[in-house]
Formats: sequence, structure tokens, C-alpha cells
Amino acid sequence: MSKKKSEKLINDQGLRVDGRKLDQLRPIKIEVGTLEKADGSAYIEWGKNKIMAAVYGPREVHPRHLALADRTLFRCRYHMAPFSTEERKNPAPSRREIELSKVIREAIEPSVFTELFPRTGIDVFIEVLQSDGGTRCAGITVASIALADAGIPLRDLVVACAAGKIDDQVVLDLNDIEDQKGQADLPVAISPRTGEVTLLQMDGNMSSEEYEKALYLAIEGCRQVHTMQRDTLKKKYAREHEVAVEAAGGEVESSESENQHENEGEATNE
Amino acid sequence: MTLLVEKRQLVLPGDILSEGDFNPGENTYRENGKLYASITGLANVAGRNIYVVALKGFYMPIVGDLVIGKVVDLRLSGWIVDINAPYTAVLSTGEAFDRSFNSRRDEMSDYADVGDLLVAKVVAFDRTRDPQLTIKEPGLGKVQQGRLVRIMPTKIPRVIGRKGSMINLLTRETNTRITVGQNGLILVSGGTLEMEALAIKILHMIEREAHTLGLTDRVEELLKKEKGSSVEQEEK
Amino acid sequence: MSDSYEIPISIKTKRIDELIVQDKRLDGRGLLDYREIKVETGLIGKANGSALVSLGNTKVLVGIKIETGTPFPDTPEDGVLTVNAELVPMASPSFEAGPPREEGIELARVVDRGIRESKAIDTKKLCIVPGKLVFITFVDIYVLDFDGNLFDASALASMLALTTAKMKEFSVEDGELSFKDSLISLPLQNHVFEVTMAKIGNKLVVDPSLEEESAVNAQITIAVEDAGNICATQKSKTGSFMPQEIIEAVKIAKNKAIELREKVLGGLTQ
Repeated sequence: MSKKKSEKLINDQGLRVDGRKLDQLRPIKIEVGTLEKADGSAYIEWGKNKIMAAVYGPREVHPRHLALADRTLFRCRYHMAPFSTEERKNPAPSRREIELSKVIREAIEPSVFTELFPRTGIDVFIEVLQSDGGTRCAGITVASIALADAGIPLRDLVVACAAGKIDDQVVLDLNDIEDQKGQADLPVAISPRTGEVTLLQMDGNMSSEEYEKALYLAIEGCRQVHTMQRDTLKKKYAREHEVAVEAAGGEVESSESENQHENEGEATNE
Repeated sequence: MTLLVEKRQLVLPGDILSEGDFNPGENTYRENGKLYASITGLANVAGRNIYVVALKGFYMPIVGDLVIGKVVDLRLSGWIVDINAPYTAVLSTGEAFDRSFNSRRDEMSDYADVGDLLVAKVVAFDRTRDPQLTIKEPGLGKVQQGRLVRIMPTKIPRVIGRKGSMINLLTRETNTRITVGQNGLILVSGGTLEMEALAIKILHMIEREAHTLGLTDRVEELLKKEKGSSVEQEEK
Repeated sequence: MSDSYEIPISIKTKRIDELIVQDKRLDGRGLLDYREIKVETGLIGKANGSALVSLGNTKVLVGIKIETGTPFPDTPEDGVLTVNAELVPMASPSFEAGPPREEGIELARVVDRGIRESKAIDTKKLCIVPGKLVFITFVDIYVLDFDGNLFDASALASMLALTTAKMKEFSVEDGELSFKDSLISLPLQNHVFEVTMAKIGNKLVVDPSLEEESAVNAQITIAVEDAGNICATQKSKTGSFMPQEIIEAVKIAKNKAIELREKVLGGLTQ
């Protein structure tokens, strides 16, 4: 992928081709629990990106000889649908998809308590249904929610966002045109609780000062998206909880979970 | 020593729960002396234990659990059973037959073949080996009849209720036999078609409303109402 | 000698961690020191360019072939660059024969990114007939012996092979390509050097050996071009970096790139 000489991507009012300010995210919408069969699932629309994530596991590994004795085999597949791009994409995994599957896995795996489920496997599938720049960041963000939806123990959610350089300016969240015609792209994923960076790539041309500015801008973008991840998860479970509360006539028993913890030892069937 | 969440607060993975001398209970982890949630759920405290109740989760076998499983394979050594968990379970021939058993594949499949359901108990599980089952106790064995209901394993405690209050109510009022597997599978049998259907309807209701007050009373009401109307039907 | 006779990872990791506190490494190097670098170019006569680089015991051979072909539709006046890497089985007991796996693909793409984004090759000078015929530069990375840090060894060998590559002088008349007998260099306009650092404890070490690589799980590779700008980054493996560590890594990479440049290009005459 070669970068053309930058055409004007920022107008005189400081707005980008899609009307955004330099440090503005594209609109993002996230849904949880979108698939029936998967153990966990989520869907994200990030600008024009449409990406679905599904999680299966922990479950038996096939073939069995791949299973690890001390932890779960964590696998990740990033794949683009043939109709997701401007020109039809061959469905066979491209080298880019293979590399992205690897770096996405390496970005998410640290957040999973893999040692709790030895000899099992957890599979994360990220399907890009429509692509418009920044799919690996959106993919990581939605996959993390799908893992939470599956009830798999996590240290933290993982969230990702990119920054870059267009028309000699450092900007947040490049869309496809900006990525193609811009001067640099820097995708970043963080574990929000600690601020650790688990995905970091860059291509283009930036001075070390621009690089630093872009890094911190991307991290700031990550934090904004993280708030959306949290809101989405909370709304879903609060909604289920509220539905249950409504059926009960609006009352919620405060010692309910203590009941459950009492009962765990005494289950009787009669 | 500071508690940083309220009782029944909805928490997400990575949310901080406490600082100081608390014990990490279910679905929490400790780092640098602080406790954090590892799943989405409702945080709670019992004494010095902080734990998170999962609203949605999968089943991890515990020794002593009653489970319902489906036979998926036969080996010379025993049956391989799917118990709706990350690990498939093994029912060895030694845990199925009392007499010393000369295993020939035919005899085994006479007892239980691929596709059959079993009610069993977990006798061993430690993550280095697959869970081991037994059917040697009374009430265990191959399922001959009945209907299978599948609910989220996290709701099973509510199906049983405090000291069995819920399950006793349900079985008594519907006059059915209800075998509750800790792994989220429940077998309903022995009653009329209508009563079995009613029991199943109630089970799904419990799953939906597990975290609410007065559920037992509402279930009792619904049972009486449905039974009343079905009695009317019969009398017509 | 099979890897299974080595000291268990856990013991080695402990030793590495103990040493790093005193700013020491297993092989006695300074934290920012490269292993001994040996370079040989022009050893494969049938290739347009070639270079064999030894980084300690890691050996990588890169061959360049320049052939004609069609340009990409969105860059009709530019020559094409394609980078491929093979982790051949003889290089390590852990490499298997077969199609490239994710490590080989990642290696090729990260080396490619450095060359491509630095615009090291003046691709406009490799255009024969715009939109129809251009020169394709094939960079083939052949890993011969794996003792850690394939990124830097491969990037170095690729850069050197490109710098010393020769092609037949050519001219285009009326859309017809003709060659003369004289040789010219591949048209280059920049150089790129990749510097890989691993994180041990909270320190960064340059050029991790295989022993160090297998004991750590956070690595970062940064590509720097002649003007000191960053043109590629890849964080690899399942560890993480704090943002300050990344800024530090960029600083280190810039300095080491200058050292590498002086060391390997200084001695070469065109």
C-alpha cells in the first residue's frame, strides 16, 4: 500500500473531508449479545466500519494435540468479507489478515485469564462486514466486549484507536481516505485500567515529536471509546436487571446474592 | 481497608472493588493489594469476602455437583459425556457398574449409547484432568423419559432456592419430578403433559427473574392460577 | 543440538531478571549494544543484489530480483516492491516446512513497511510504460540460522542488498524497453534501519538474543530513515509497554539507527 502525495484533507476551517475536527472521533455505536449461537458476541459501527465479533469457549480444542497443558489456547481470526471493501476482496486469508490476526491476538490475550482454563481453547472471530479505515482498532474494541459477554474472566477490557498525520497535522481516528492519502497511521490498543499499550503499529513518516503527539492522542481516543464500551455493557445488563425488576413490581431484594452463596453448598433436588 | 463499590453495584471487568484487607471471592482478582472484578456482574460483600455474582456465565464443574449430560462417545474405558462445560467429562465403567466389568463395546452401548442422557455426579476435577463422573448413587443413571430444559448455569441456585424452597414448591405443585443439574440442564418428568409444560414455563420465568424479590411468592401465585384454570378445563 | 536440552525457561527468566537489575545481560552486553554484526554482499551472482548479515548467531540472507511486470492500478507510474520471508526449517528446530506461518508473514510485512514508508526505492524511476509496465523489486528474505531478532537482521540485509543491487541500464523508446550492457544501481533515495528492543523488567534492551526473546514477552521494532523520522513500528508478542517506554524506545531507535548506518554503509563504496 503506497501513500500518495497528500491531497488537501483538511480545509481552511480546519475540518476534515467528513467534517470532523482534527481530534474528533467518528460516530460509534456498539451492541452486545447480537448472536444466538456464540458464547459471546458484539457488533460495532465505527464511522462506516461494520464489524461483528463472536467468541466461542472455553471449550475443547480440536485437534487435541494443540491444547496447552497450563492454559487455554487463545486464537483470534480477523477476516474481511469479500464485499467489505471498495473492490471485491478474495475470501482466502490474505497476508494482511494473517498479520492482523496475530497482532490483534497479542493485543487482547494479555487481558484474558488464560491460566484458569488449561487444555481448553477460546476462539475469537472478528468479521469485517464493511471496512473504512481503522478496522483493527474497531475489531479489538468489539472483540473485547464479546469476551466480556461470554463471561470469560478478564483483567480488563481492551480498547483501541488510531491517530495519524494528514496534511502535516496530527489527527485522531483516520478513515479510509485519510489512511490512503495521509502521511502516517498509528493504531494503538490499551488496557484502560493500567494504561498499558498492548497493540502498537505505525506506518508512514513522522518526526519523533509528531509520533509522541500521535501516541498520546490515540490513547486519549482509546479512553473515549472505552467509556462507550462500558456504557454498552452496563446498559445491557441493567436492562436485563430492570426487566426482572419490573416484573417483580419494582422491588429488588438486597440479600438475593447472599442466598445464592448459601445455596451453593446445599443444593437439594426434591 | 476501603470498600470501593456498593452492594449489588453492576461492575465490569477491571473495575476496582476494594483496597486493603479483603479476600478475593468468586469472579475477582487481586493485584497490588487491591481487588478487581474479572467479569460483568453484581458486586457484593459477605464479611471480608468480596465477590461478583455473574449475570451470565458458563459452568465449571465442582466435585459433588449433580449434572445432566449427553453421551458423545464410547471408549473401552467408559463413556465421554458432554456436560455443557469447557471440559468434556468421563464416566468410567468402574463408576457405572458394581460388578467387575469385562468391557466389550456391545455391553457398554446397551447401557448407554451416543445421544443418551445421564444424570450423574462429579467425583473428581482438578483442571489437569477432565471431570470424572459417577452414576453409582441412587437417583443417578440413564434418563429414560422426561423433558430437558436448558437455562443459564448462573441461575440454577435460584431454581433451587433458599434451602430448596423454590424447587420444593415447584415439584409439589406440579406433581412432577424435577432433577436440577448444576450445569444448567434440568430434567422434568413423571407428571401430566400439562403439568410438565407448566413446570418448564416456570423454570424459564425463574431464569428471567432470578435476581428479584418475592419471586417465590409470584411463582406460587402463578402455579395456583394455572392449576386452577386447568382444573376448570378438565371440569368442562 | 535440540532446544530441549536447554535450561528451563523459568530458571533462565529468573537469571535474566536478576541481571537486569544491575544493568547486565546474559551474554555480558550492555543494554543498548548490538551483537557482533558481520556483513557480506554480492554473494549470489544470479540475483540482482544480495546480502548476508550475521547478528551474533542469527544469519539472514536476502536476495533481490528485479523483473518487469504490471503496476498497481492506483499507482500506475511507480515500480512495485514485494517482500517475502522464509523461515526455512534448517534455521531452527522450531521451524517447519510448509506455507508461511504468521511469524514469517509478520517479518516480511514489517521489513516491507520500513522500506516502503521510507520511500527508500525511487519507484518513479522504475516506471517503463505508465500503467502498463514497470520494474518489480523482489526482496526475498531467507532466514538461515535463528538466534533471535530476525527483524533487525532481515531489515539490515534487505537494505544492504538493495544498496548494492545492480540492474542492466535500460531505456524506453516509443513504449519499447531496451537494455544496454552496462549496469546501474537500483535507484535509491533513502535508507531505513530497524531497531528491535525487548522489555526486561522495566528496562529496554536492544537486539534481544533468542535466549532473551524466549524469556520476555514484550518487544518493539522501530524503523528510522536517514532524516531521523520514524517510518514504521511494530509491537510484537503478548506483553505491553507504557507510553513513556515507547517514547524512550523511539529515542533509542533513532540513535542506534545512526550507528547501524555508519557501521554498514560507511564502509561500502558504490
